[in-house]
Amino acid sequence: MPKELIRLVDCCMAFDGEVVLNNINLYINDSKFLTLLGPSGCGKTTTLRIIGGFVKPTSGSVLFDGVRINDVPPHKRQVNTVFQRYALFPHLDVYDNIAFGLRIAKLPEKEIASRVGEMLRLVGMTGFEERRIDSLSGGQMQRIAIARALVNRPKVLLLDEPLGALDLRLRKDMQNELKRIQQQLGITFIYVTHDQEEALTMSDTVVVMDKGVIQQIGTPEEIYNEPKNAFVADFIGESNILDGIMIDDRVVEIFGRRFPCVDTGFEKREPVDVVIRPEDIDIVPSENGQLSGTVTSVTFKGVHYDIIVDFRGFKWLIQTTDCHPVGAAVGMRFNPEDIHIMKRSEYSGMFGDYSSYSAEYDEIGDAEAAEGEEETAYEE
Amino acid sequence: MKRAAGAFTFVIFLFLYVPMLVLAAASINRGSDVAVFKGFTLGNYSALFKDGVLLPLLLNSVILALASSLCATVLGTSAAIGISRMSPRLRRAAMSLTNIPLTNPEIVTGVSLALLFAFAGRMLKIKNVMGFATLLIAHVTFNLPYVILSVLPKLRQMDRHLYEAAMDLGCTPLQAFFKVVLHEIMPGVISGALMAFTMSLDDFVISYFVYGAEYVTLPVEIYNYTKKPLQPKIYALFTLLFTAILLLMIIMNILQARDVKKRASGESGALRKRRLG
Amino acid sequence: MRNRLLSGPYLVWMALFTLIPLVIVLYYALTDSATGSFTLSNLAALHNYFPIFLRSVWLAVVSSMICLLLGYPVAWRIAQARPSRQRFLYMLVMLPMCISFLLRTLAWVSLLEDTGIINNLIRALGLRPLPLIRNSGAVVLGMVYNYLPYMIMPLYTVIMKIDRRLVEAAQDLGCDGRRVFLKVTLPLSVPGIVSGITMVFVPAVSTFYISQKLGGPGTALIGDVIESQFKAAYNPNLGAAMSLFLMVLVLACIAVMNKFTGEDERVATV
Repeated sequence: MPKELIRLVDCCMAFDGEVVLNNINLYINDSKFLTLLGPSGCGKTTTLRIIGGFVKPTSGSVLFDGVRINDVPPHKRQVNTVFQRYALFPHLDVYDNIAFGLRIAKLPEKEIASRVGEMLRLVGMTGFEERRIDSLSGGQMQRIAIARALVNRPKVLLLDEPLGALDLRLRKDMQNELKRIQQQLGITFIYVTHDQEEALTMSDTVVVMDKGVIQQIGTPEEIYNEPKNAFVADFIGESNILDGIMIDDRVVEIFGRRFPCVDTGFEKREPVDVVIRPEDIDIVPSENGQLSGTVTSVTFKGVHYDIIVDFRGFKWLIQTTDCHPVGAAVGMRFNPEDIHIMKRSEYSGMFGDYSSYSAEYDEIGDAEAAEGEEETAYEE
Repeated sequence: MKRAAGAFTFVIFLFLYVPMLVLAAASINRGSDVAVFKGFTLGNYSALFKDGVLLPLLLNSVILALASSLCATVLGTSAAIGISRMSPRLRRAAMSLTNIPLTNPEIVTGVSLALLFAFAGRMLKIKNVMGFATLLIAHVTFNLPYVILSVLPKLRQMDRHLYEAAMDLGCTPLQAFFKVVLHEIMPGVISGALMAFTMSLDDFVISYFVYGAEYVTLPVEIYNYTKKPLQPKIYALFTLLFTAILLLMIIMNILQARDVKKRASGESGALRKRRLG
Repeated sequence: MRNRLLSGPYLVWMALFTLIPLVIVLYYALTDSATGSFTLSNLAALHNYFPIFLRSVWLAVVSSMICLLLGYPVAWRIAQARPSRQRFLYMLVMLPMCISFLLRTLAWVSLLEDTGIINNLIRALGLRPLPLIRNSGAVVLGMVYNYLPYMIMPLYTVIMKIDRRLVEAAQDLGCDGRRVFLKVTLPLSVPGIVSGITMVFVPAVSTFYISQKLGGPGTALIGDVIESQFKAAYNPNLGAAMSLFLMVLVLACIAVMNKFTGEDERVATV
């Protein structure tokens, strides 16, 4: 039975009357890698800052090991943070930065030296002790920031978009590195990111947030395969989201046609959202298809093609390894287990088809979010 | 265009420095009329050091400047931190308060403080209210905005997470300020303190309205002097002051230039190391 | 984390020593010097001084314009220099301000006097001495000399910050040197110009020392009459009324000047 370490109970947060977090309930088990995932402004950084003690929730409680810690200031929490853009002290060198927390705790210099050395080995930065902070590259600063936090042996490490400022290659390397460090030390990591791929690769548990509300909590597989609503389906990966009506258990009606599926437990004739992932659709000759349409656009993506197929005005995104020319009539097939049914939510209808398809869908989303989620807290 | 502007700049610099030359010449002039050079002497300098009036007045000015700039720096730095944490609306209000002594004509500031002190003196039944205390209050008041305006930009430039990082690593808020924040804003604090010191040392207009007979500063005395003929010792004093400030500035300039150069070469050295490694 | 409270002592200080004094100025301006009762006679008496107010504003405006014309090329030239050179030149601009402006003004008196250095030189050349002092021209010279650095500082700060690529972009789009200046550099330095004019105008319009030393009997300024109300004639109520008027005048001028920069873009020049 895994031990519960942190629990947020009914946490709400408002700045200047604007609600940033709405009834957050969340528990985090010991030694787990948990990711708070969501678009910028969704409240994920605020949630992290509440756990770190930098802001107090307007209402609700924060429990650590079962003890309420709302009023415990950050310097008395067994939690350390890796900040956005690192926040290394520019007036200290690498060694003094890492030793900072230990010196505050008044440890003997000898022990400090051995622990700093151990941390530098852990992050692969041995030999950089006397370097100035401004002479380090982004990736190196990242490692030092991690070492500076971990040297204090916290029970929980909070990471606030730590890889946001790094380029793609370095980001992938650091993802593996972080996962390795987490497993090696066996402590809890709480990781904030807007990058869904990063979240899926690294986490044991993913918490998807939007508009200050937790949309779904689950393992990466659950989040991807069983999204709870249209927002999660759209935010994690690519999805064709259609309006459907649940005729009976295991039968759904889309575009006036009935399809077998595997979902049960809905009311009869309940309107639902239907998700079909683009990679689950097979393209077949049009006479063999369950649905058929016309190819309106083809984009080469390396591993596969993104093909947009127009079916009675609804634009489907299909990922396939075969090229089909624009204008070709094609048929589509999908298996019952590829159809995922979701309850209607406030997000229904917001994510339509791919008629405004852009070949750079990922990058645009990232660039916006990378602007950073700076929720400045003023003391009013 | 650059050439013409260069020549013009040179002429303007001459214009700015002509009075300095006049003062310097007067300080080594044997005669007491500045306009007529009656031969070289260092007598004014030796007279200056034997003078029992001028040097104590200078000391008065320096003590006042030190005290007021110290008060203004402490009060102003803490105020700047407070202001930087305010919501934009409150901050605008605080900044317009800060701007009052800056935009108000000095004479109005002087007159208004004089009236306040006279009023307070009458209320508290103090006979000679004007003195060191009133001078100190007035100087701190007009120095505060300079400190705040030089510290605030440094606070804005500082990564706000640095303060939180220090707390995260176990610092109390006070420790976080002294171990991290103060290091970051130090250049602003120092330049604010220096500015406050020089403004205070040099102030005449405001001091003139709030000084009392028991504590006179050098600029006030010079003003009172100039109703009588000016003693050449004063030229000597200011020539010395000017030379000292000039030297100080040149040294600071050289040190700064060397620092910039060193940092640049240090960075390229680090780059080289990284490439080799 | 009640950091905001750190500004408490400051706000109290400023309220005590800037806001309340202004209220007291208002109080004095509206009361009678003998009886202490409410009166508008102090404000009404201001109209006697109207020519003096007008002269003060006029001389201050003229000085500000001259400072702008002299200061702009200097600021521009400093901004074009190598960075290390820039610091040195900027320092040279600031340096004269370290010497008491009383003494610097006195030095000008020695230069301009009828038996002063310049007239002695003129006499030595066998020419007739010129009336250089005790007139409006000498007062303007004194103002320009004393406050020119206040003009150069903000201008330099603004010009230095103009992105060099903007100049290159203008050249790329076909501007010659003159047009680059008129279409790019000058419009972008407007905040500096506004700030510089304010910084020269405010002390110039309120000075009393410069006009006392360099001016003649007919060149008294607002500052002179205010000073004499407090130090000679001793009518602080009338002096307060004048101060109030001066303050309103300055605030009005600043408000007008700020119109030119749109929002509160005034450059902090300290």
